[in-house]
Amino acid sequence: MAEPLLSVNNLCVEYVTPAGPVRAVDDISFEISPGEVFGLAGESGCGKSTAALAVLRLLPPPAVITGGSVLFQGEDVLAMDEAALRRFRWRRLSLVFQSAMNALNPVLTIGAQITDVIETHERVSRAEAWDRAEHLVKLVGIDPMRLRSYPHQLSGGMRQRVVIAIALALEPPMMIMDEPTTALDVVVQKEIMRQIAELKDQLGFSILFITHDLSLMIEFSNRIGILYAGKLVEVAEARELFENPRHPYTRGLMSSFPPLRGPRRQLTGIGGSPPDMLHPPEGCRFHPRCAEALVQCRTKSPELQPASANASVACHLHHEAER
Amino acid sequence: MVETADEQRAPARRAPGFLSQLLRNRKASIGLAVVALITLLAILSPWIVRDPGAFLSIPLQPPSSEFWFGTTGQGQDVFAQTLYGARTSLWVGFLVGTVVVIIGTSVGVAAGYFGGAVDDVLTTLINVFLIMPGLPLAVVLAAYLPAGPLTLAFVLVVTGWSWHARVIRAQTLALRHKDFVNAAIVGGESHARIMFVEILPNMTSLIVSGFIGATVYAIGAQVGLEFLGLGDVSVVTWGTNLYWAANNQALLTESWWTIVPTGFGIAIVGFALVMINFAIDEVTNPRLKAEGAWNAKLEAARVKPGFSTPVLRKADG
Repeated sequence: MAEPLLSVNNLCVEYVTPAGPVRAVDDISFEISPGEVFGLAGESGCGKSTAALAVLRLLPPPAVITGGSVLFQGEDVLAMDEAALRRFRWRRLSLVFQSAMNALNPVLTIGAQITDVIETHERVSRAEAWDRAEHLVKLVGIDPMRLRSYPHQLSGGMRQRVVIAIALALEPPMMIMDEPTTALDVVVQKEIMRQIAELKDQLGFSILFITHDLSLMIEFSNRIGILYAGKLVEVAEARELFENPRHPYTRGLMSSFPPLRGPRRQLTGIGGSPPDMLHPPEGCRFHPRCAEALVQCRTKSPELQPASANASVACHLHHEAER
Repeated sequence: MVETADEQRAPARRAPGFLSQLLRNRKASIGLAVVALITLLAILSPWIVRDPGAFLSIPLQPPSSEFWFGTTGQGQDVFAQTLYGARTSLWVGFLVGTVVVIIGTSVGVAAGYFGGAVDDVLTTLINVFLIMPGLPLAVVLAAYLPAGPLTLAFVLVVTGWSWHARVIRAQTLALRHKDFVNAAIVGGESHARIMFVEILPNMTSLIVSGFIGATVYAIGAQVGLEFLGLGDVSVVTWGTNLYWAANNQALLTESWWTIVPTGFGIAIVGFALVMINFAIDEVTNPRLKAEGAWNAKLEAARVKPGFSTPVLRKADG
């Protein structure tokens, strides 16, 4: 296997609150190879956005990274100072924000916002930056005439494309996409995802893809990590996860949306609600909602262990030796 | 074996109410205690101290066991005058604070909510009062109207209400076009209900801080006007105490005890009210509290907060 581009090891993130620390991301590890799409999925509040933003060190107060390492091309992002982070962000790892509406400044033209990024990081002339901006918007399927438009003159889908163009501006080897299509309708979503896939094949960057839309994720990602209450409960290749979900939580997620093809079946979903992160349950964090919980699930937290050639799962049900 | 989530979950604790949260805040408890103590002393002063107007002893005696804070240039008891002075000064202060908040909030919310011609008229009115220089106008009004605490209260309300109205109007404008207001309109609620039940509670902290700001302003301005002799100098207030102290050449005779107690009273009330204001800010904005805890944690680890998420590794100390 090729040298990983990004390797996150035992990352922990806490939010400091007056009532005590809330561990939003608890000891998670994953790797992303060049050209790979790695998906992080889970319900609201499970820590997926927190994990992604921690990789860029972009979490606002009261967040604190309390442990682990984030190696990007062998360099530890957690050890970088502000100046190094400035050079690292965007040129090597860029971010597609969740809401294109808020990520674009309403009083600057699209062109100004794209050339800003290029001129900040590279010594280029205005004309050159403008040429590159024209090329970038063409890449995402927008008429270069639109560079003189303001964000409010564009549709939601076009704005999201512009945000993607800005993320591509410095041709980074990797991008984080934090729910890039959540605010859009399914038709536009499909189109944008197709475009991202095309660009990825063309330019060869990797993607850390975050969404709660599991069907979109399975279609789009190579490998997928399922997060529950700040812990990775399952990491598997997309195909394998789809055909053979192992963790009861993953199975619950799978049965929460209808299959597009095949016979209709009853949607079961998952009972209960996510745990209070100030006082997470002992043992496996999913055990209060798990229909198959064993005795040790209440006391012993399962480790993420390989379950097959390309899948790992953190569940006592699958660790036969421990039963 | 299988347990449902509901059995497992700890009983949900009710979020503590605004008042109990406020009482648990250290700044608020200090501020409230000081204000309560001084108010209580002021109310009970007729039963605690001698008549502040009576000429009791030799003028300008320094503090002694008989006269705790000494005597004035007329031989009156400074301790009695300080406590009695608090009565009028605090009463006028809180009265002005209350009236300013009522007028300012009503005008501001009405202007922001109705918009159009109503807003134009009210905003012009607010601006006219804003442009008028407050203290000079207060001096002129106080000089022409019959002297007395109520006159002063009237003058301070006239010159002080527009600031609060301006702030409330701006905040109402921001809330006016939120979806929940539109939903209330579609739901057929009356204008009064939308203004006072839907919009107003969103501005509680602004209104309370407006009240405290206006009260502090009123106490200070009232003392200032009375010090200049623009109040009724026969009434005992903190302002007239200072007026008489200056008239009796307190600085030349080095009789510091005639000014310090009153000055300290004004300062401590202002301080306590500002403490309450800070506390309300913290309680109504939980983010401030979380950031306080975050800052303390970084300080303990000797990490300087920057633009990027800080890293505190437990293993390497």
